[in-house]
Amino acid sequence: MNNEILSVGIDIGTSTTQVIFSKISIENTAGFFSVPHISITDKEVIYKSDIYITPLINSYLIDGDKVRDIVAAEFEKAGFSPADTQTGAVIITGESARKENSAVVLKKLSSFAGEFVVSTAGPDLESVIAGKGSGAQSYSEDNACVAVNLDIGGGTTNIVVFDCGKVVAKGCLDIGGRLVKVDKSYNVSYVSPTAKKISDKLSLGLEEGRTTSEQALNALCAEMVNLTEQALGVYDKSPLAESVVTAGSTPLVIEKPIRAVCFSGGVADCIYNSDREPLAYGDIGVHLGKAFRQGRLYSDYTLIRAKETIRATVVGAGTYTTSISGSTISYAERILPIKNAPVLKLTREEQQKLFDGDVPFLKQKLNWFMEQSDTERVVLSFEGERNPSYLATKRCASCIGTALHETLAPGEPMLIVTECDIAKALGQAINADFGEKRDIICVDSIDVEDGDFVDLGKPLMDGLVIPVVVKTLIFG
Amino acid sequence: MNNNQIESIVQAVMAQLGASGESINETQVVQAVQKTAAADNTSFADIEDIASPEVKHRPLLDNPADPDGLQRMLAKTPARIGVGKAGARLKTKTQLALRADHAAARDSVFADVDEGLIERMNLFAVQTCCHDRNEHLTRPDLGRKFSDETAAQITSHCTAHPDVQFIVSDGLSSKAIEANIENVLPAVIDGVKALGYSVGTPFFVKFGRVGCMDHAGELLDSKVTCILIGERPGLGTAESMSAYITYGSKVGMSESLRTVVSNIHSGGITPVEAGAYLAEVIDMIMKNKASGVNLKK
Repeated sequence: MNNEILSVGIDIGTSTTQVIFSKISIENTAGFFSVPHISITDKEVIYKSDIYITPLINSYLIDGDKVRDIVAAEFEKAGFSPADTQTGAVIITGESARKENSAVVLKKLSSFAGEFVVSTAGPDLESVIAGKGSGAQSYSEDNACVAVNLDIGGGTTNIVVFDCGKVVAKGCLDIGGRLVKVDKSYNVSYVSPTAKKISDKLSLGLEEGRTTSEQALNALCAEMVNLTEQALGVYDKSPLAESVVTAGSTPLVIEKPIRAVCFSGGVADCIYNSDREPLAYGDIGVHLGKAFRQGRLYSDYTLIRAKETIRATVVGAGTYTTSISGSTISYAERILPIKNAPVLKLTREEQQKLFDGDVPFLKQKLNWFMEQSDTERVVLSFEGERNPSYLATKRCASCIGTALHETLAPGEPMLIVTECDIAKALGQAINADFGEKRDIICVDSIDVEDGDFVDLGKPLMDGLVIPVVVKTLIFG
Repeated sequence: MNNNQIESIVQAVMAQLGASGESINETQVVQAVQKTAAADNTSFADIEDIASPEVKHRPLLDNPADPDGLQRMLAKTPARIGVGKAGARLKTKTQLALRADHAAARDSVFADVDEGLIERMNLFAVQTCCHDRNEHLTRPDLGRKFSDETAAQITSHCTAHPDVQFIVSDGLSSKAIEANIENVLPAVIDGVKALGYSVGTPFFVKFGRVGCMDHAGELLDSKVTCILIGERPGLGTAESMSAYITYGSKVGMSESLRTVVSNIHSGGITPVEAGAYLAEVIDMIMKNKASGVNLKK
């Protein structure tokens, strides 16, 4: 029985590029007399690549060809061919994600291999992925507490707050180790706009082409730490706090007091270890690490030792982005895998209209969505009823079937994703009326949001489940 | 409801009874209570059902060290945890909830399935060799067979040699049938038919045991026989139903040749999804011409 998935994670960050391979084990955890319940039982990182400096053409453009070469070489070193991987994710993170050619780089990697899942992270998703990879999420779950993970990279600090393992807040700040590039003689070769703002405010006089001092860098980093701590509610916010929030990220709202703090990302190594030589990396990473070490986040909370620091994002991407559908589902196997299908998520009120059999409403909604997002393919998603009657299920199925059949272009499959365990019944009922006209995939136990994209993989465990990757694309 | 309210209700009931003289019987008490209830607008509607999940999920433990943690544990299990104690014993509330659950379980065993439901489902009804509920409980062997007359009734009413024969039976929980059958049976029948199999005439068996499916399968020569039957209720739920499925039913066949899907109820595998899943299991049994342990999974 096919119960292991090989997953690949590729992280192209502002400063580093990494590849990991992990083995995800799935098992039927239900008893002999019960309906099968397949769940992920183990995740193991089996190969970690070297850490490469992200190849750039100039300070704005990522060198897609060089990135592809790195990935190809790592596949070879790990002893896998692209066809061996069933799932995984490419994540372009930090400032790199905002550089114009990200989409091109992704394309270069996606054409790299057939079954390869390609994904990109917005600043928010990156925070969550890093928090999973660092072990902060499992700490929060195991200890039933509120834990925050700060993934401090070159360009950004990605923040996620977990309560009992669930994401309760996320955000991103333009704070990182490479906001200022400086050599051992204190010659400054680069100052990011955010670093410039802070420098001006504190009158530190940082400027490209000029020299700076140990004191100025320490003051800059202390202020960056202070701003981070303000964002997390340790101190009241100063006017500068707003200006370091990464564009396009969610405002970080802390509702419950934080108990534990975990640091990941490249700078984290300089927080946990105090023996790094200043300016060792040609930037302010070591200074920033030291500043965090002296800050209140480090001393006033339970400190979680990160399982992964600089690799947290890539491990999270390769290991935590794949989920498994419910075990009672309905699908047309020959059209799998399906990639990058956009999600139309109905609200509870709108879902009620499906159960009431309101076909015109659903058709209108579908047409609007396909026009808005300029797509022919759509994944219809809703929460579902926990324990619907058979009549209601049939009414809902007939409504969905009719509306989708009349709206979708000829040959397009019907794709339905629900949260509640109703997909088999729903899928069977839709199949009864439309099975000969269209391919139908109906899966449950998957949590998606409006505007997400999903990849549906090939069936596993003798066809009981399919792997699903939910992602938030930031490139149109 | 506080003590004052209870006091005033009792006084109102006593006043009603006082008018009717010295010796009072049960009917008079019931009438007096009903009259009082009708007169009182607050009535009994705001009395909590101590057997409801909402009440059960409220911890009774005094001063828990981690109230949120206890609440999370309670949400994960129907077991009676976090109930506290009074001296060496359970608290009155826990004791009452246990008795209420036990009463529900007993009711479920002793009650008959609503005849209106059997009619609505268009099932014709037969009875095993058991004459009453007591015999059904004490003589499992009689619950597995039909008398000659009943057998003749079954063969004359039902289509012979179907691919799949469905039977519904009270078993040890009539409530399980009442709670689930309307959503399971049509779902599984539609599912099986959509796969292209012929479905026999479904019928209801009163005082049935799982084994009666063997006798029925033999009488009708069905390839696959599936009985939907009430499970012995516990103190957790009285509404759990099982499906036992066999290929080539024969009286005296080994129990290990039955495929079973258990725990069908609103808190387990939900009825509609169970129906769809059963259709697939039946498809697998038809294709492999085997059930139970012979059906290599």
